[in-house]
Amino acid sequence: MNTQPESIVILDAGSIGRALTRIAHEIAERNELSSEVVLVGIPAGGDVLARRLGDILSGIWKHPVPVGSLDVSMHRDDLDRRAAPQVHPTVMPFDVNGKTVVLVDDVLFSGRTTRAAMDALNDFGRPRKIQLAVLVDRGHRELPIKADFVGKNVPTAQDEKIQVRIGEKDEVVLERK
Amino acid sequence: MSWNKNHLLDIESLTADEILTVLDTARAFKAVGERAIKKVPALRGKTVVNLFVEPSTRTRISFELAEQRLSADIINFSAEASSFKKGETLKDTALNLQALNADFIVIRHSASGAPHFLARVVGAKVINGGDGAHEHPTQALLDAFTIRERKGKIAGLNVTILGDILYSRVARSNIWALTKLGARVTLCGPSTLVPKTFEKMGCRVTYSVDDALRDADIIHLLRIQHERQRKTMFPGIGEYTQLFGLNKARLAKTKPEALIMHPGPINRGVEIDSEIADCDRSLILEQVTNGLAVRMAVLFLLNGGKGPQEVA
Repeated sequence: MNTQPESIVILDAGSIGRALTRIAHEIAERNELSSEVVLVGIPAGGDVLARRLGDILSGIWKHPVPVGSLDVSMHRDDLDRRAAPQVHPTVMPFDVNGKTVVLVDDVLFSGRTTRAAMDALNDFGRPRKIQLAVLVDRGHRELPIKADFVGKNVPTAQDEKIQVRIGEKDEVVLERK
Repeated sequence: MSWNKNHLLDIESLTADEILTVLDTARAFKAVGERAIKKVPALRGKTVVNLFVEPSTRTRISFELAEQRLSADIINFSAEASSFKKGETLKDTALNLQALNADFIVIRHSASGAPHFLARVVGAKVINGGDGAHEHPTQALLDAFTIRERKGKIAGLNVTILGDILYSRVARSNIWALTKLGARVTLCGPSTLVPKTFEKMGCRVTYSVDDALRDADIIHLLRIQHERQRKTMFPGIGEYTQLFGLNKARLAKTKPEALIMHPGPINRGVEIDSEIADCDRSLILEQVTNGLAVRMAVLFLLNGGKGPQEVA
């Protein structure tokens, strides 16, 4: 019996780059007042994507786009159900009051991380709007949450894993048991 | 990242990896304390009992604020106002707290091992807030956090602990933490208060202050624990100050980058010259700030459940 997990590359570096470019253009199209938009990545995974999107958007809008990083682990609803999560630094170098905040995450799954992110964001002020951009939407939502910008919709089984690797070699891998 | 403890009873039973997990987590909680809204909902709905059977001001206040900032519900129990005065045993008090469904108990007790006993008889998660002359784990963790934040590392540093080592739980916890993290620890003080047996914990023991301070990167001062000494272990306070107090002349002979720490409460003019306590090489108040972050981190980590860490 084969017990090795099966790995399928669902996005390679080229398609990740194209997906981010498309998302950036969609963000630009949706938000005409570019000076009011800030990007906030959810670590680990979303923060590096937020910086990538920020670079592309800065090129489209011809001005720098502020990018922050928001740890959501202290706002999760499952803290006493699993081992304590690793907390990452939060860096919010701007005032979110009145801004359009685009939350950026790598994978949208249950929606609980997004809910935690919206709560965590509240501690920094009251954005005018919150939008959600994700590289992969794998379904199985447990909360009424929907992404505004999606790189790729990937139908998955509950026990499969999506690994997003951004760095030396960009790729998104689906792991099957 | 490594943490699967239910209680924080001592530093002795922690691995270096677990200590570093607390320090890393505390870094994020320190940042929370710098925000406009300093409160997070991580312990919402949880009840924490602060069982301070031995008097404490700074540790109790620090734990209390840490718990409040994590949104926990808090019950304070102090020796003066509690049923201990009426003859109730620690076990019965603990079982009463258990009956109230307390999720965490922070205990400060004059008897070494009281937190360990408590952890065996109650279902709540127990945090040692100082037990007798045994350990004071959160103090050692905040000290290690402070050293790492200021020096960028702990491994390879020379740390001198100067003062009443024998009666100090702070010293014992610090020795465990620092040696596990790779620091070289030197102990110094009156020979009656610094027995050579401490060498078994992996420290160097010396009775010459100049020798102890010469190569120190961190000078950790301890108060004389009058309340724990059954008989006077040295001739007098004046002589202690003269022989072991940190004054300007002694500080001048240390490395210029050596930093000064003290767990408090400080006795100005006894173990530390008043001006030195306030100088820019003193980390005493930073230790207090960091203590809050470290205690938040400990509560947060202990709050974790049994499931896998991975986020679904």
